[in-house]
Parts: sequence; C-alpha cells; structure tokens
Amino acid sequence: MPLYPFPGGLRLPAGKDTLPPFAVCPLPERLIVPLGPPGGPAAFCRVAPGQPVRRGTRLADPLDAAGAAVHAPAAGVVAAIGPRVLADPKAPVRCVEILVDGTDARETLPPVESPFDADPAELLQRIRDAGIVGLGGAGFPTAIKAGTPCRHLIVNGAECEPLVQSDDTLMRRQAADVIAGARVLARITGASEVTIALEDRLTAARAALAEALGANTDLRIVTVPSIYPSGGERQLIYSLTGQEVPGGQPATAIGILCQNVATVAAVWRAVRHGEPLTARLVTVAGRGVMRPTVFEVRLGTPFEWVITQAGGYAPDAARLLEGGPMMGIAQPHDAIPVTKTTTAIVVQTTSETAPAMEQPCIRCGECARVCPVRLMPQQLLTAVRREDWAQTQALALRDCIECGCCSHVCPSHIPLVDWYRFGKAELDRRIDTRQRADRSRALFLGRTQRLEREQAERVARVAARKESLAQAAVVVTVETPSAPAAGEPSPAPSTAPRTMDKAAVLAAIARGKARKAANPPRPAPPAPDEDA
Amino acid sequence: MRTFPVHGGPHLSPPRHVRHVMVDVLLALVPGIAAHVWFFGVGVLVQLILAAGFAIAIEAVALRWRGLPVRRIGGDPSVLVTAALFALCLPPLAPWWISLAGMLAAVVLARHAYGGMGYNLFNPAMVGYAVVLISFPREVSGWIAAGTQALDPLDVIRTILAGDLPAPLRWDTISSATPLDTVKSLAARGHMIGEIRHDPQFGDFGGRGWEWIANAYALGGLYLLWRGVIRWQVPVAVIGSVIAVSAPLWLLDADVHPMPLQHVFSGGLMLAAWFIATDPVTGCASPRGRLLFGIGVGVLTLVIRRWGSYPDGVAFAVLLMNGAAPLIDRYTRPRVFGTGSHA
Repeated sequence: MPLYPFPGGLRLPAGKDTLPPFAVCPLPERLIVPLGPPGGPAAFCRVAPGQPVRRGTRLADPLDAAGAAVHAPAAGVVAAIGPRVLADPKAPVRCVEILVDGTDARETLPPVESPFDADPAELLQRIRDAGIVGLGGAGFPTAIKAGTPCRHLIVNGAECEPLVQSDDTLMRRQAADVIAGARVLARITGASEVTIALEDRLTAARAALAEALGANTDLRIVTVPSIYPSGGERQLIYSLTGQEVPGGQPATAIGILCQNVATVAAVWRAVRHGEPLTARLVTVAGRGVMRPTVFEVRLGTPFEWVITQAGGYAPDAARLLEGGPMMGIAQPHDAIPVTKTTTAIVVQTTSETAPAMEQPCIRCGECARVCPVRLMPQQLLTAVRREDWAQTQALALRDCIECGCCSHVCPSHIPLVDWYRFGKAELDRRIDTRQRADRSRALFLGRTQRLEREQAERVARVAARKESLAQAAVVVTVETPSAPAAGEPSPAPSTAPRTMDKAAVLAAIARGKARKAANPPRPAPPAPDEDA
Repeated sequence: MRTFPVHGGPHLSPPRHVRHVMVDVLLALVPGIAAHVWFFGVGVLVQLILAAGFAIAIEAVALRWRGLPVRRIGGDPSVLVTAALFALCLPPLAPWWISLAGMLAAVVLARHAYGGMGYNLFNPAMVGYAVVLISFPREVSGWIAAGTQALDPLDVIRTILAGDLPAPLRWDTISSATPLDTVKSLAARGHMIGEIRHDPQFGDFGGRGWEWIANAYALGGLYLLWRGVIRWQVPVAVIGSVIAVSAPLWLLDADVHPMPLQHVFSGGLMLAAWFIATDPVTGCASPRGRLLFGIGVGVLTLVIRRWGSYPDGVAFAVLLMNGAAPLIDRYTRPRVFGTGSHA
C-alpha cells in the first residue's frame, strides 16, 4: 500500500528506546472524578453524598450529545460533590469525590452476546452508555463520531509524541481487543475498509496485532514513518489515503472515521464485557520521575499519587506536563486527577527547562518547512503580534494544529504556538463579542419592532372600538331623539370620530341617568363628576 | 500537593539557536577566506579584522542608543557575518575608512534604522558595499592582481591604515583590473571573448585565483547545506539561472558572450549564491519564493554585467531582489493543508 508523506513534520528524539515496565496503579484513598471538561458544562449528577457506589456505577449523565456519561472508577462512598480547582485555577470544575473502600466491587452492563450480529443502533447506545470518548487526547464522544456512516475506518496507533508509550503498551497487551473493537466499529459505521496504523518502530506491537489478526484479511496493519506528528488525525489520514480532510471539518466529512487504538479496545470491552470506561493507560515518564512506568490508572486518580507509585519526583523535577513534551500542557500543581484524555504524565528536570533567550525572528523559514499544515508561521506571528485579525484569518490561523513543530525548530526560540493559541483565543473572543453584540442588536430591534407593532395594534384597537361605539351610538340615537349626532350626517372621516365621541358620551350620560333613576341616590360623589 | 511553574509548549529543548546558525556561517566562510588570503595576501585578513572591529563597535553604540542591552551581541553574532561578507568584497588594500564607512552604512542604515536584527529589509553587507562602491569607486575598485603578493604584511597594514605605499611602488604598478573589468572594458572596445581570455589573469573557467576562491565558497556553502542552515533553492536557482541564461547566448555567439562557467566562477557570484542571497532575513521564506528570489539574483547579475555600468552586478542584484522579497513571499504562499485553493 503506498504511503503519502504529509508536508513538514520532524524526526524527533523519541526517548522510547527502552520500554518502561507495565504496572497497575494501586487505588488511592480518594478519587476525584470531574463531571465536565475544564471550563465546560458539568454533566447531570445522579448520585448524592454518602451514597455507596461500585466500580462502574453511573455517576452522571451527559447534558447533551457532546457530553459523555461518567462512571465511578472504583467502589466506595461518594464523599462530596462540588467544584474543585483542577488544572485551570480560573475555572473550577464540578467533581464527584469518592472515598475508596478497597473492595473494588463492580457492576457492569449486560454483555452483548454476539456483537457482530447485533443491531448497530444497540452497539452505538452501548458505547454511549459506557461513557467512551476518544482516548488519544481529544476526548470527543465516540458514539457521535461513530454515528456517521463511513467507508474507511482508521485505527490510530501512531503515537508520535516523544516519551509517550501508552498506545504501544496497549497494542502489545490488548491486541485482540483492538482488532475485535475495530470490527465492531466497522459494523456500526458500515466501513468496508479497516486500517490499523502504527509507527514503524513499534515492531512488538505490530507483531502482537498480526498474531491476533491471524490469517484474516478483513483488517490491514500498516506502518507509517516515525515523523512527528504522524499520529495527528489529519496527517495520518493523508499518509494512508492521500486525502486532505478539509479545514474545519471532521474526517467523517470525507467518509473516514479515525479512532485511537485505546478507544477501539474500550469499545470492545464495553460491548462484549459490558465494562464502562473507568481506567486507562497512562505513561509516566521524563527525567523528573524516578521510575518511568506505563500504568493502568483508574480515572480520577490524582497525579501526585501516580507519581508516588512511579518512585516519586527526582530531586531536580521542575515541570509537570499532562501529555507528551510536544503537545502536553504544563500543569501548575499535581493535585489534578487522571481523566479520560490523560495519555501521559511527564515530569521534566531543571536542565530540560532552562529558559531560552528569545531573539528576533531571522525569517529563516524553518517553521514553514516543518509545518504539517503548510502555514507561514512567521507571517502569522507578525499578524498576531500586530493584532491584524483579518490577516490571521487570511493566513489560516485556525488551521494550526498546535503540534509545536515550528516552536521547536525556531532558532530564535520564539514561542510561536503560544502566540497562535493567544490569537485563536482572541479570535474566539472577538467572534463571541460580535455574536453577543449581534444578539443584543437583534433583541433591541425585536423590542423596537414589538413596541411599534403594539402601538399600531393599540391604535387599530382604539379605532375599531370607536367604530363599534359609533355604531352603538347610532342605536342610542334611535332610542334618545335628543342626541345631536343623529342630525349631523358628517361624511368627512376627519370629523367622524369627534361626532362619535359626542354620541358615545351622550349615550354614557343617558345610561348613567337611567341607572341613577333605577337606584336610590347615594350620598357620595355628587354632580360635578357628571358635568366633567 | 506540589506546585510547578507553568510554561507554554512545546517542552522539548530546541535543537538550535540563532547563535549556532551564525557561528556555522562564519565557519563555512573559512575555506573561502583561506583561498582569498592565498591569492590576495594578508590584506584580506586585515580588512576582515578592521570590518569586524568597526561592526562590533558600531553595533554596541547603536544598541546603546536604542536602549537595548549591549550584551545581545553575544547571543547574536550576525553582525560579524555582515562584517565578513563586506570585507570579502573589498580590495585587499582598500584604505581603512572604506571599511568604517561601509560598516556605518551596513549597521546603522541597513540594520538599526529598520529595527535591528531580523527586521532589515536589505542585506546589510550589500548595502555597505553598494554605498562605498558608489561613493568611492576608485578606492573600491583598486584590486591587485591575484597571486602577486609584492608586499609584506607590515607594508600591507601601513598601506591600509596610512594610505601610502612603500617607496618604489605606485598604485598603477600593482593595481590590476579584475577579470570582469577586463571582460567589460575589452568587450566594449570590440574584442572577442576568445581574445580576451588569452589574458594571463584568466584561468580554466573564471579568473585566475578567483575560480579557486569560488570553489572554496561553494565548499562552505555545501557545509551550510549539510548543516541545514541554508536550503538548496537559493544557490541552485542563482547558479542555475546564470547558466540557463548565459548558455544559449554563448552557444549562439561565443565571441560576444562569455561562457557560463566564466560567469559562475567570476566576481562575487559564488559568494552571493551560497552566503548572501541565502540570508534568511532579507530573502524569501517559502520554497517557491526562494527559487524566484535566486532566479532574480542570477538574471539581474547577468543583466548588470552585460549592460550595466559596473563590471559585477551581484550586490545590486541582491539588493533589488531584497526589495522584491516581501512581495514574492506574499504571492508564493503554499497551499494550506486541507484547503482547496492557495491561501
């Protein structure tokens, strides 16, 4: 099968020469399970403090289609529910805290006995109920992605980040799950072509997959060159098919579904064994930890606990990353929990984090050479710094995948990706502001129009009422010959209302007099009222 | 709980710094400088030292004036590259104030007036050279013949600093036209290229001496290519376009038009192709832009050599293309991945 080299990219020192040992991370005393993404809406909580839960008990339902169900990662008691400060100190996240009891009792959904004969809708519902999201780091709900029919399913095992070996470990340990999960997803989406892609240096993982596949040919195992970011969805799709996913659209737009290997394995376990997503593989690496390991970690386990299990911090630990060194995010503290999107915990040392002196751009063009999206990073930098937002959009700032290649090779050590993140946030903010302004303007216009309409209606109502009264006055005139309106034909419309007014007033007076005559006179308001 | 300072990504140590780039360029110039000294004597070294000294002093003063830390020179030795490229364009016995004037123009006018390192529109070395070439044409064209090292080092220094030649020598006895001068002036008087090339100052493919200097520059250029400091587009485009334009003319009428190798191995073309037109700051950033830029330099050089009033046109060609570079960059943006049309 021919491969199509994607533009740009880097051969990075992988730091994966020796495979760290695999271990199951022991349970901590407490688990912190966030009910939503940082800054995003929390899911609808189904449990209350004091309630006992088992591993797999559903803790929360998604608010909408973009959310995912949350399950208790271990047995215990719900200790508290409330906002906790996690990675982003500005936006606390609503979390369920579970006091782990150590029994590890679990509950599962009923297994689907014959997944390959099952109704795709039933399988999709199972994926939804098991709370499965993309485990490669994006965290997009799998049921939504898999709900779109496609012709080509790509299972992504090209874990291109340096140091990170979670997917490698998973493929070697759970190759059969990966292959079975891929078949389930192919059935759901109707994909006729299934490719499992991994980097060419993962020979052990490839062997494990090939063994699990046996002589079957319904799936294809393909290796791609270890050029970062070969595991990026768009880059991988291009490598395998030569097709470019249009900017701003999902891969399903061109009939391709791309799923991480760990997601695919989780799909199988959810379908065949009824296991909700409660644990994941996390690589604990970097020179800042004593014993780098790939752990199977229960979701909600605090980083500090995981790092303690990995032998603790090295004396010169200086930076904590969630994710690998290229796309990972530096964390302010280690009290944050492992979530469904935590692929790795990397601790760097002071020697790796020495501040680099930033120099002006020398326009060397290295950033453009390595950009997998073929952007012009230096022109983009100028545009963002000038806050020329029209220009940033013309230069396709939004297509930046933040892979970090440009920043990495920049000899002037300009933090290009930071600038692009700022630029994107600013674009979002401006679009948001504009949308708010548009909304306000629409509301104001709506109100004005409503007021005008009401005014017009009032006028029309009054006019209609006057009309009906005028007709009534004609009737009154017949009854009371003294009314002057009867004598005046007054065809002119301008004077008509006045005439009708008079008639109405006279009629009202007449009615009042009649009423008075009928009832005995009261002492209160005397004649002046009637004169007015 | 343990806290950590946060920092933007990526978090992998960068492989290279501007300083390394500039040091690589200076290293790559070593063979060329050696060949230059071999054929033109220690005057070349004196010019290099003078220019470097002036450049650093002026850069320090300029940084001071602009309120920038003077120690920035340490992190960015690009001013030394400017000085070296400028000095290599000067005749070895040019008076010291030529160097001063050139460096003033290069550092103050071309660099700091535009905002300093990274912001200059025109190649500083070429601005310096063009300024002194136009202002002091006699001093800047006073070349000596290659290989005739009539002066000992002390005399050279005295000549450069004091302007007087040792007693028996006079300018007209030691000075010599460069091969390109010879071609230009003799061709203007109706001589055939074949006759002109019988002059002893011509070697196998360029000027005698000059061709070996050019080879040494090419060697340094290959080193830069190997180190990833420059990309192949500019040198290939410059040399390729010179050959592509001069070869048909030469084949058509070898009596009027010098052969392509003569063009490539004469004057400053090889230096420009590998070291000057490849300057990232003043060149183009996109691959296609670099090709266009290099082609422009090559073609303009030939045009100036043939029809201009200066024997070599490299410096002017580079400066003209510097001016066009932002425009070229604008129209050679690559197609953004995942979009149907050019952005």
